[in-house]
Amino acid sequence: MEKDILKVENLERVFRVGSEDVHALRGVSFSIKEGEFVSIMGTSGSGKSTLLNILGCLDTPSAGDYIIDGVSIRNLSKNELSTLRNRKIGFVFQNYNLLARTTALENVELPLFYNNTVPAKERRERAEAALKLVGLEKRMEHKPNQLSGGQQQRVAIARALVNDPVILLADEATGNLDTRTSYEIMSLFQDLHEQGKTIAFVTHEPDIATFTTRKIKLRDGQIIEDAPINTQSAAEALAAINLQKED
Amino acid sequence: MNIGNLIKIAISSLFRNKMRTALTMLGIVIGIASVIAMVSIGQASTQSVKSELSTMGSNMIMIMPARQHRGGVDMGMSSSKSLDDKDLLSIQKNTRYVAAVSPMVSSAKQLIYGNNNHSCSVNGVSDAYLEIRKYELADGVMFTEEDVKRYNKVCVIGQTVVKELFTNGENPIGKSIRFGSIPMTVIGVLDSKGQNGMGEDQDDIVLAPYTTIQKRFLGINYFNMLFASATSEDESELAATEITYILRSNHGIKSGATDDFDIRTQEELVSTISSVTSLMTTLLAAIASISLVVGGIGIMNIMYVTVTERTKEIGLRMAIGAHNRDIMLQFLCESVILSLIGGIIGIIFGLIIAYVASKLMHMPYVVSEMAILGSFLVCAITGIFFGWYPAKKAANMDPISALRYE
Repeated sequence: MEKDILKVENLERVFRVGSEDVHALRGVSFSIKEGEFVSIMGTSGSGKSTLLNILGCLDTPSAGDYIIDGVSIRNLSKNELSTLRNRKIGFVFQNYNLLARTTALENVELPLFYNNTVPAKERRERAEAALKLVGLEKRMEHKPNQLSGGQQQRVAIARALVNDPVILLADEATGNLDTRTSYEIMSLFQDLHEQGKTIAFVTHEPDIATFTTRKIKLRDGQIIEDAPINTQSAAEALAAINLQKED
Repeated sequence: MNIGNLIKIAISSLFRNKMRTALTMLGIVIGIASVIAMVSIGQASTQSVKSELSTMGSNMIMIMPARQHRGGVDMGMSSSKSLDDKDLLSIQKNTRYVAAVSPMVSSAKQLIYGNNNHSCSVNGVSDAYLEIRKYELADGVMFTEEDVKRYNKVCVIGQTVVKELFTNGENPIGKSIRFGSIPMTVIGVLDSKGQNGMGEDQDDIVLAPYTTIQKRFLGINYFNMLFASATSEDESELAATEITYILRSNHGIKSGATDDFDIRTQEELVSTISSVTSLMTTLLAAIASISLVVGGIGIMNIMYVTVTERTKEIGLRMAIGAHNRDIMLQFLCESVILSLIGGIIGIIFGLIIAYVASKLMHMPYVVSEMAILGSFLVCAITGIFFGWYPAKKAANMDPISALRYE
């Protein structure tokens, strides 16, 4: 049996807005196993962003427990959480969040700067390898403004991969891209999944969710659906669009 | 994160915005450059004033008779006749810190040689005068004690007098000049000394044995002044005290009564003038340091704007594992690097300005190590002080809201 990469139990998150308590999460429990490609869906206000922040160790739950790669985050300090993010999590954001006027290679190297155990030479080699993995080996010295949206997101994915995380967390990673480029990026995620990466993909687009292997749907801070899905191939979907165009 | 990575990150952040970095540095550059330039120009002028004063003899002591009042009327400076041979002798004999002493009696005379004439004051002095006033002979000899004893009609003249009287370039030594109606033989010519600190021509001078002036010209037996030199500059005060003691006892002044003479040391003059110039230096440096403070606030302003502008970057760095401390140190490092590089450029500019100014104003070029060290220190402190608040602000950001910041 594959091991649980992350596990949440009865997760609750309460925000205090003025004098009112807002329950963003009301007792969420699930676990993600190694090698799963999970989409987390929900409308805005469903609590999916809050869940992602907690999964990404950017936020801590008000109640309940979260265990990532065997470590409970309940009693960790801010600095310990930072280190945990640095070693175990790879983030991909909707708006890429690349440093402007900085080459793709330097952007990808960035997480390793905050890891003292990686020497400069290894840092560069790992960044180059990650860029190769996302198919940007010819664009290493390009700066973000010299890259297309899809290419920028590939750089961001390479950056998320460079620290060899136990899980990739993508937050609306295709939200700023057109359909075609979205499918290309999803195809890349599927490739990474094939290679054994564990991925949690937050989206509100149902067609994007069909490229994953399991769908968790949230509404009002609770899970209303958690089921494996019939996975579509992003590469095939891409070919279909190309065909349509030729008609 | 280790310090090498930190500096690398800070430098690459600064390089990402070259124009802004350069403009921010400009404030510090101007501040430091003006401090360095002002301090070194100030010190140079102090030094040049001091060195001009020391051409007059740095350990010189002047003794003048006090003002005299007759029937309630002030007779003017040095009007009393209190200094005489007895004083001269006892100062020569009974002091430890006085190296030499010479009397001075002055008489304004028309000097005539051939068709030329020149009006100047003739100073009756002893042979010690040259040493006290730091005059050198260019040619000939100085008159001797023997000349003084015999009231000999010999004189030593300065370069200006030579120029005025001996217009066709003949050698003045051995020539006879008429002082009014009395002929005197020139036995020596003084080296040129130029102007003193007050702008007086020190070469427009005629020296003769004081006895000659007293007996042959004026018919008096007192001195207008005494010039003495202390054994060293530091002992001027001691020497002045000794002289005061001797003169008071010679003149029979009871304790509590005021002196009938004035003593001035060159050291007093030097210290008065240099305290004025060093006050000027301090003032200039104070004004210049205002621009340094303005430069520092410029850094703070830019760092503050930078932190807000780079909110997303800070959020990202936190998300990928930067500790709060890393963020804080990165921004501190950026502001310290800014101010240090600005400081180095400022020091170089300041030294260049000081050099050009020293050439233009004919002053010595003084490099003040203290000012350089001080401004370097100020730079580092400026960087930390003015970088602290923005860096703290950056470090305290919440990664979630920083990432969402638009």
